[in-house]
Amino acid sequence: MNLEIKKLSKSFGKLKVLNEIDLSIRQAGTYAVLGPNGSGKTTLMKSILGMVLPEFGSIAINGQSIKGAHAYRDKIDYLPQIARFPENLKVNELFTLIKELRTGETRDEALIKRFEIEPFLDKKLGNLSGGTRQKVNLIQAFMFDNPLVVLDEPTTGLDPLSLVKLKELIREEQAKDKTIIITSHIMDFVEEMADQIIFLMEGKIYFNGSLHELNDKFKTSKLEQTIAKILKEQKEQGRQDGDEAYLTPLKELSHV
Amino acid sequence: MFKILKYSFADLSRSRWTYVYTGFYALLTMSLFLLSSDLSKVIISLMNVVLVLVPLIAVIFGVMYYYNSREFTELLLAQPIKRTDIFLGQFLGVAGSLAGSLLIGVGVPFLFYGILGSAEIGNYLILLLTGVCLSIIFSGLAFFIALKNENRIKGFGLAILLWLGFAVIYDGLLLLLLAVFSDYPLEKVALGASLLNPIDLSRILILLKLDISALMGFTGAVFEKFLGSNLGMVLAILSLMVWVGIPVLGIKFTSQRKDF
Amino acid sequence: MKYITTLIFTLLLVVSSNETSFAGTIVVCKDCAIKKISTAVEKAIAGDLILIKKGHYFETNILIDKPLTLQGENWPILDGNEDEEILVIVADNVTIRGLQIQNVGTSYLKDRAGIRLRKAKNFSITNNRLYNTFFGIYLEHVKNGIIENNEVIGKAVEESSSGNAIHLWYCKNIEVKGNTVKNHRDGIYLEFVDSSTIQRNFSEGNLRYGLHFMFSNFDNYSENTFKDNGAGVAVMFSKKIDMWENDFVHNWGKASFGLLLKEIYDAEIRHNNFSFNTVGIFVEGSTRVNYHHNNFKQNGWAIKISGGCLDNTIETNNFLSNTFDISLSSSTNNNTFNGNYWSSYSGYDLNRDGRGDVPYRPVKLFNYVVNETPEAMVLLRSLFVDIINFSEKVSPIFTPEKVIDERPNMKKFDF
Repeated sequence: MNLEIKKLSKSFGKLKVLNEIDLSIRQAGTYAVLGPNGSGKTTLMKSILGMVLPEFGSIAINGQSIKGAHAYRDKIDYLPQIARFPENLKVNELFTLIKELRTGETRDEALIKRFEIEPFLDKKLGNLSGGTRQKVNLIQAFMFDNPLVVLDEPTTGLDPLSLVKLKELIREEQAKDKTIIITSHIMDFVEEMADQIIFLMEGKIYFNGSLHELNDKFKTSKLEQTIAKILKEQKEQGRQDGDEAYLTPLKELSHV
Repeated sequence: MFKILKYSFADLSRSRWTYVYTGFYALLTMSLFLLSSDLSKVIISLMNVVLVLVPLIAVIFGVMYYYNSREFTELLLAQPIKRTDIFLGQFLGVAGSLAGSLLIGVGVPFLFYGILGSAEIGNYLILLLTGVCLSIIFSGLAFFIALKNENRIKGFGLAILLWLGFAVIYDGLLLLLLAVFSDYPLEKVALGASLLNPIDLSRILILLKLDISALMGFTGAVFEKFLGSNLGMVLAILSLMVWVGIPVLGIKFTSQRKDF
Repeated sequence: MKYITTLIFTLLLVVSSNETSFAGTIVVCKDCAIKKISTAVEKAIAGDLILIKKGHYFETNILIDKPLTLQGENWPILDGNEDEEILVIVADNVTIRGLQIQNVGTSYLKDRAGIRLRKAKNFSITNNRLYNTFFGIYLEHVKNGIIENNEVIGKAVEESSSGNAIHLWYCKNIEVKGNTVKNHRDGIYLEFVDSSTIQRNFSEGNLRYGLHFMFSNFDNYSENTFKDNGAGVAVMFSKKIDMWENDFVHNWGKASFGLLLKEIYDAEIRHNNFSFNTVGIFVEGSTRVNYHHNNFKQNGWAIKISGGCLDNTIETNNFLSNTFDISLSSSTNNNTFNGNYWSSYSGYDLNRDGRGDVPYRPVKLFNYVVNETPEAMVLLRSLFVDIINFSEKVSPIFTPEKVIDERPNMKKFDF
């Protein structure tokens, strides 16, 4: 797996969400994309999946530009942030649909067992609780054993037991030398799962390195403290520049 | 595209709203039959309803479906399929379920009242054809509007406005135009303007069947040529097909350039 | 009883045929002594039967000046070779039957005809075929006679160069029955014709009118079918015309009507059927005309009244799915509409007397709009038009207030 992003820029209206981002992921590992709200995390992930079209710059996976292509997504497992599915479709119909759209070996049965979804297979997706929906979401995402896994807030709505199962699952994936890209606002989870941190701020990559390097740099032992420190610093700097207004709209743009 | 269409259709065909919509048509048709056993009279009443209601329901359904399935659409976008296939598939799923409701709700009761052997079968088929075309065209336009507008309220408003424009305002303006310039020969304008509005187009198709006697009273040569032969029918159906294509192109174009 | 009638009938037939044979029969055929019809007519004496056998006879201007019977056997053909007229009858008591008369040349100066009767009485023209004869059967100053079961088919292309199939001028007591008249200027034309009956004729594809009355009084026509003519029937400047059980079907075109009434008085229009016409009845000046028990079905306009119409009564008719039921161009109206069935009536009948409790206004605002701006027709049945029609219904401004059926029938009549 080889992901190469060069000078990637994207704005929504006047707002520059990604500003000439250069990023290359060559080694397998778990990469956590972090940053304050509106720093461009989701936009970056969506750009990789081709959902957001870049203004400038390029994205290449295994040396192939993704521009205008769609077949490459067959090799990416994706977990969307919000698990909402067609209300009147049954759970197993959803799995069938995803299987029809993709190619390759599936391991859905094992996953269904693992997350104990069997009793819900014949239920309509609209009648599921939020937690069950997220499990269904996880199953559809991990159904194919692909080398690149993109997880957008995977912990949303999961009960502690399922969270443990998810972590186990991610560990198994790590053992298979996969490249996993995660966004999450639960720092404990990130700390536990990720070995590389990509910290985005104001559309730029603020930090890109291992978790230890980041903690060492800010002389803390916990990621949560590190992040708090970064943000505080940033805020003070902004105040000194009299430029606080610059940050505010970024925070509001939570859906990006 | 076909896979997406299949799932959309399956989803919608189990939707409560689809049942309500189908039930409404069935109820309407059957109550019309209770009031009058005259097939042609029932068809005429239904034509008036179809011309107004089908586009309205189609725009509402189309916009609603798009906004409601936005999150799932994101998941689909991450699958190895073309964007246009996703949206065309969803749109055709909506159009198909709307058309299906109409065909079942309106079409089936007629079978029980013996439409198949009657002389009104031509009018009946035109009724169903225009209903299906209007379902497709207006749900497509609704999809296009929804794609263009991330804001739900704005999208809904525009969709209703679109319906109002085609169903009422357009005709009002056309009548005004014809009345103001009544000293000029405007038959081409009148016919041309009707071709540009899918509701008017369907209406003309129906007129050609029901009111041909009155239409033949025209003095204009263009009218006579258009209405007197099958040319009118063929041209109207062709234009209707073009209209089906317009939202398809719109959806294709917009979806290829959009960020999600 | 039935047997007795048939018996008497047979006896009568035998007696009558004997009579003719007493009077003498002259046979005309290619191999006979007499090869030409005109020769036979010359030789015959009053009351003779001239029997014309099968063959093709090129003869014109055969003048019949004495009471004779001309009878064809196996359809002999009398051919004018696109020139002069063929039979000219100037005597009383003449009978023509079983002939095929064809090819009279078109003339712009003379009204040539296949069979012409001039100042004759008591004639009978039955079971003949007239093809391409410019005018078919032409009567002038004729009384008491019958034209029955003839087939008169022309090749009319334009009005100015075509004649009428059956043309009556200054006639009285004529019966025109069971004829088929096609492709002429007028199917049947009557000018100054009184006390005559037009019955069970089939008139199709005539350029101007299927049947045309001018200055004719006390006539009646019934059980005729008028189809695809320029206009079905025109009744002009006539009095006391009784019209019943006719079919006016499919008269389409810009100046096309099922029935045209112009300056007529005291007429009855009853039990007729007007279907699929651009205009069912077009009325221009009519007084004391009663319309009742008629069916008006899917016409553009069922009745279009264009002024000068007084004291007409429109009662107990069916108005079924017409684009427009009634159109009036003048605002003054003292005509009565009462107890008709209107398929577009949407009122109710709470007291269950079979009549609607809410009056019906057959003239819609859109009627008025289309009169002013014909192109607006493309907006027919539009929601916008429904809205303006409705607002006009609530508070009439443009449409005449007095055109109103106070007690519309709730159910369709079965006629």
